[in-house]
Amino acid sequence: MAAKRIGLEVSLAVSEAVMLCDADVVAAYPITPQTHIVEHLSELVADGKLDAAYIPVESEQSAMSSCIGSSAAGARTFTATSSQGLALMNEMLYIAPVLRTPVVMAIANRALSAPINIWNDHSDIMSVRDAGWVALFAENGQESLDLTIMSFRIGEDRRVSLPVSVNIDGFTLSHFIEPILVPTREEVAKYLPPFNPLVKLDIAKPVSIGMLGMPESYTEARKATDDALLASKEVVKECFADFAKQFGREYKVVESYRADDAETILVVMGSIAETAMTAVDEMREKGEKVGLVRLRLWRPFPVEEFKAAIKPAKNLAVIDRHMVMGVPDGPVALEVKSFLYADAARPSVSNYVLGLGGRDVTREDFWHITERAKAPDAAARPRYELVGVME
Amino acid sequence: MPREIDALMKVKDLPAGFTAEPGSTLEFKTGDWRSMRPKLDREKCIYCGFCYIYCPDGVYQDMGKDEKWYKPDFDYCKGCGVCAHECPKDCIEMVLEEV
Repeated sequence: MAAKRIGLEVSLAVSEAVMLCDADVVAAYPITPQTHIVEHLSELVADGKLDAAYIPVESEQSAMSSCIGSSAAGARTFTATSSQGLALMNEMLYIAPVLRTPVVMAIANRALSAPINIWNDHSDIMSVRDAGWVALFAENGQESLDLTIMSFRIGEDRRVSLPVSVNIDGFTLSHFIEPILVPTREEVAKYLPPFNPLVKLDIAKPVSIGMLGMPESYTEARKATDDALLASKEVVKECFADFAKQFGREYKVVESYRADDAETILVVMGSIAETAMTAVDEMREKGEKVGLVRLRLWRPFPVEEFKAAIKPAKNLAVIDRHMVMGVPDGPVALEVKSFLYADAARPSVSNYVLGLGGRDVTREDFWHITERAKAPDAAARPRYELVGVME
Repeated sequence: MPREIDALMKVKDLPAGFTAEPGSTLEFKTGDWRSMRPKLDREKCIYCGFCYIYCPDGVYQDMGKDEKWYKPDFDYCKGCGVCAHECPKDCIEMVLEEV
């Protein structure tokens, strides 16, 4: 491939990916730090580079409603949002999966109010983690573009037929200019087949979509959606593998970094993995047996792959970017602990919440976390720590 | 052991996306939550059609000029009592629905 890396703002790279995927409908409302994505998409549509209907809706609730409708009509559909925007979509977020409408949404992750804050953490996506969407987390710009392309294929696969969110850290990724390989339309067309919907509004073969589910069928309808979400993991892996075959960039549902012989493993999601890898390298130089495991696929949770990745660890330091109020654990730690509970040989698990509302996450934070997680005296090892909080 | 529910559909039989074929509501009889039912006194009925006109659910059927009365369809009658209230001859009485 004679491709050349070009300097591109990550938000714009996501928009370009949507253009390369030849989306039919974009329905979106601007919100910081996601705005550049849909702003550039409206430009691409206005300039005739993307033959799509751009619906400038009056709210995110309408954005997601429009997306569900257009996806049901057989249109390849995209939207993007952040924080309060995602919160305003809430009721529609739970509807899209059950109706099996494979909308793709980029979320430039940002803290939820209050206090009002436009900077990065994972409180927006974590607050809607049960909605039934496939959820992917990007680490860098290239991955943001690649995952956007793959999301259309994953979601639209008739074995999946579910909406997919691509989570990119607000500002930390969305507003950075990175060297990015941008594939051609022809290459993407080879990877992504035309959208052939599982459920479709079709005048020739009418159906009602959005039915009432009585007590006699509601449980079964939810179970059918959960079954599809759990089964989507294999399709995600297949789409990752085919992408690697065609584009040479390899992705796994769970990534490991220097974790093969690690006694202490840091568990992270999103862009802080890059800082964490630098910290791991530094600690390794000092002889510390530390490694990193990153969840790229968050929903469905890749339990088996995750357990295999953390196998060597004596100490697991799970890092969360969201505070679950009323429970002394972050969302990732809550789940990791529940998976490990029944295992006889399980590592000691401690949980660290940090980087809230855009507070910097530095190498020193990972040094500190590693020290704490491997503390020989179990009593000194925290169960849960809100890192760096000034009390 | 939870009691078995006579589920309309099983997970594996559900249509993808929980869709329904058009016209499927015809299969549902909506009169089953009725607690009162109209009882007609055909002797007093003058075939005025008030029950037929006022019924909010259109359950009264015109039985025609020979029979000269209106017959409620109990598959859909919810027992609201509007017909009994409006009948100018008081020939409709609301009685308890016996199950």
